[in-house]
Amino acid sequence: MDADAEAARQFIEAAAPDYISLIDRDHRVAGLYNMVNVPQAVWIGESGQIVRPPEVAGTYDTVRSRDKVTREVPTEVQARRDEARIVYQDAIRDWVKHGAESKHVFSPAEAKARLTVPDDNVATAHANFRLGQFLMRQGKPDAAEPLFIEARRLHPESWTIWRETEEKNDAGLAAGPTFWARIDALGEKKFYDTVDMAGMPG
Amino acid sequence: MVWLLTDSGERQMPDAVAGDGGLWLSPEDMTAATGWELKPEGLCLGDICVPSAPGGFVRDGKIDAAAFWRHMGWPVASSDDGGAWLLGEGAEARRSSLESLTAPDFTLPDLGGVQHALSGQRGKKVFLATWASW
Repeated sequence: MDADAEAARQFIEAAAPDYISLIDRDHRVAGLYNMVNVPQAVWIGESGQIVRPPEVAGTYDTVRSRDKVTREVPTEVQARRDEARIVYQDAIRDWVKHGAESKHVFSPAEAKARLTVPDDNVATAHANFRLGQFLMRQGKPDAAEPLFIEARRLHPESWTIWRETEEKNDAGLAAGPTFWARIDALGEKKFYDTVDMAGMPG
Repeated sequence: MVWLLTDSGERQMPDAVAGDGGLWLSPEDMTAATGWELKPEGLCLGDICVPSAPGGFVRDGKIDAAAFWRHMGWPVASSDDGGAWLLGEGAEARRSSLESLTAPDFTLPDLGGVQHALSGQRGKKVFLATWASW
């Protein structure tokens, strides 16, 4: 999900993956699947059925444990993040091998119970965001700005909309003081929800 | 000149008239952009027809596409100058699509501009993962 494909290019070219990498300038996938952050992932079976609905793709809520000054993550939290990644990657391998028999594949009822679906505000937020991105491509940032403000207002849970439309630092990251203020404002809420999977660190 | 964005693309609408929150299209433009057709019984798509009340979204042979979209409860966005509009898919359609558990289809380009449809991967497992540079 990058409004600017060139921002993604260096990462994709460095990784040179043998899978397909798509550029989603307007966050269409986030709109269709009701995603709010990256990385999120969906498991889709051979017949096009969702067998695991959108979830955090095997990472861990390290962001809120970062030291406010050094931005370093405590060692024990890093260890949980690394473990979460391994558990998730092993689960994908298990699914590839065992298909529908994998213990990580949800039944339709279980998958439905874990779905989050968009309401009218979320759908309208994505409409404003997409039109704003269109105007940015037309070289009209001033016309886009009110649409982005409206998108953020209507869908405050979306980190993808917020970070894409926020000012980036020299490293291309929306990780300035406003980002950290927003993290602090989460209160008890998580930046990354825990993945609902056997063996996942809580 | 008005730009109109829908799920089927981005179009320039030379004959559209925007103002007072409305986006007035000819019936031909309405059909071309959205698929909805003006018939004696109202605006129709397939078996569905939505009648327009007097003074409603049909007036003098023109259609206020924005008023119709709002009437249906679907998202409308527009630039302050009325030069760019978006008629989006409603939350209800997105909810029922997800709840069917059939993965919503989409087509997106890779870095080289080659388009790929999710439905083109049928017969394989798909791990659909998102990521961003920011």
